[in-house]
Amino acid sequence: MATGDRITQLRPGALVPVPRDAADEPLAAQRLSDVDEWGRSEHARALTRRLYDPMYRYWFRVEWDGMEKIPDVGGALLVSNHAGAIPSDAPAIMHGIETELGRPVYGLAEHLFKAVPIVGTAWARNGGVAAHPENAYRLLREQQQLALVFPEGTKATGKLYKDRYQLRRFGRGGFVEIAMRSGVPVIPIVVMGAEESMPIVARSNSLAKLLNVPYVPITANMLLFGPLGALLYFPSKFRIKVLDPVHFDVPSDQERYSRSRVMDEAESIRVRMQETLYDMLRNRKSIWFG
Amino acid sequence: MGRRVLITGLGTFWGGRVAKALEADPDVEVIVGVDTQAPKIRLERTEFVRADQSYSILARIVKATQVDTILHTFLVVDSTRMSGRSLHEINVIGTMNLLAAAGGAGSTVRQVVVKSSTLVYGSNYQDPVWFREETPRTRAPRTRVERSLLEVEDYLRDFAEDNPHVTVTLMRFSNVLGTDIVTPISKALQLPGGLTPCILGFDPRLQFLEEDDVVRSIEFTMREQVPGIYNVAGDGLLPWSEVAHVCGRRLIAMPPVLTGAAVRPLEWARMELPPELLDLLRYGRGADNRRLKRAGFRYRYTSAGAVESFAEASRLRATVGDSRPTYKYESDVEAFFRHSPAVVRQPTG
Repeated sequence: MATGDRITQLRPGALVPVPRDAADEPLAAQRLSDVDEWGRSEHARALTRRLYDPMYRYWFRVEWDGMEKIPDVGGALLVSNHAGAIPSDAPAIMHGIETELGRPVYGLAEHLFKAVPIVGTAWARNGGVAAHPENAYRLLREQQQLALVFPEGTKATGKLYKDRYQLRRFGRGGFVEIAMRSGVPVIPIVVMGAEESMPIVARSNSLAKLLNVPYVPITANMLLFGPLGALLYFPSKFRIKVLDPVHFDVPSDQERYSRSRVMDEAESIRVRMQETLYDMLRNRKSIWFG
Repeated sequence: MGRRVLITGLGTFWGGRVAKALEADPDVEVIVGVDTQAPKIRLERTEFVRADQSYSILARIVKATQVDTILHTFLVVDSTRMSGRSLHEINVIGTMNLLAAAGGAGSTVRQVVVKSSTLVYGSNYQDPVWFREETPRTRAPRTRVERSLLEVEDYLRDFAEDNPHVTVTLMRFSNVLGTDIVTPISKALQLPGGLTPCILGFDPRLQFLEEDDVVRSIEFTMREQVPGIYNVAGDGLLPWSEVAHVCGRRLIAMPPVLTGAAVRPLEWARMELPPELLDLLRYGRGADNRRLKRAGFRYRYTSAGAVESFAEASRLRATVGDSRPTYKYESDVEAFFRHSPAVVRQPTG
């Protein structure tokens, strides 16, 4: 105890103040890779863009309408319809926006992706993020990024060719709630052409249950090209239309939002997208040439 | 009057480090360390008491020394260090006894700081990238160490509720790397042959904390007496491949199926990959460290900085050998320096 007292008394007169907190300066550290906290790497993405560009330009011949509605800065939740056994719409949307606006797009997808070796890592390096509300909030609210989400989920990609362009239920409207909480607009994007790039003619439910995956498809591509068909898309013409952004005049950062309001907003967005799709289909003369 | 501090696990890496740091703090009047084993580093004024694994002696020590602060650094988070039974004994029963002592009648304890781990969040494919302190885990715990840490946290929550006059601080530390500490991850990054295991097709992002920041953060929460739960982890996440690259290692891929069986042969190389680490090498984990920053703590190292600090230390060690001084605790000698009237005591710090 005596020791303690002496120290306390000596302290004010000490010649050298003990610089305990002076060392608080954070030390800078070099990074070797450019993989960000979400797993996205701009290098990997640039390489993918270079490889994918011919496909985008000459295979699907993607045409955009209303790209200017996507902001250059600030967060926004992009919402799109989903199709194809291995969806071809997400890469096309992400590629288009990244090359046009020069800002990253994060694709929110099924968690299951992360559990698959190689695929999960490749997906993450190219901007894929598990669709967890916490992830979406951080991306949109705190980092003001663009996030792309497919509210229909696997219900859409697993649907048969005869159900093409029939939008499925938009989940439980979670995307609206996330946009409200993050204080960002929802920008609906309608894709036409993806349905025909890899149509599903049949499904095996028992095999899906066995493998513990959402669906096991038999696609027209597989029937034509054999196993190679899992990789080969049909060259359908893609048209992508951006609808007017939906702003919600509710305060952000609320614990929860009115369920009925959320469901109504989600349903009205779904209806708008469905009607736009019908409109576009009415004007489409050919699957292959638009 | 200065603080009177009791440190559990004085003989462990963290207990010793924290005690050493507190010795330099003139506001800390008394430091008592409890452990089953003697301290491994030289301490100037810390008093060491030997106890059994489950700390049954603790109530007496608390009463006798009238400590106001307990730093519980003795939770085992590395399951390769001991059997499941002693792990349970130390973590769960030890904490129970500790809390019983701290909350006993006439107890002078006003703050309890517990060093837990981000292992309590688990590591699973359904996880968010960042865990906040209140984010629930997505899968029930499967490993023994995770279960025991969750049990400890439950006890601590009850204790905090029953003892509102005590400041309870629960700190969840991320994976620690640094110049001295040895963990399963540091061992994996120092395996002979320049090879480091990874799981084929997975390149998870991991978060690290430098050992210096561990000690600083414990000191910080003690000094500022901040109550609540805090993640303690460096800024940013690094892919495992990058970590290996920084350390000059090549990766050797383990099969993604039956990984547990495939890594068994590594045990011959005294390299054990516990199940919680295999999960981590698959899915990674991130803990949001902003609450502690908001409380006023400033990290010195980012995740990348911690890896760099570790890599520098291992390069040095590879060149000049292990130069860490060995120290053996001799109770007579320590008692002489602390209590003999012949010793002229200089103020520390």
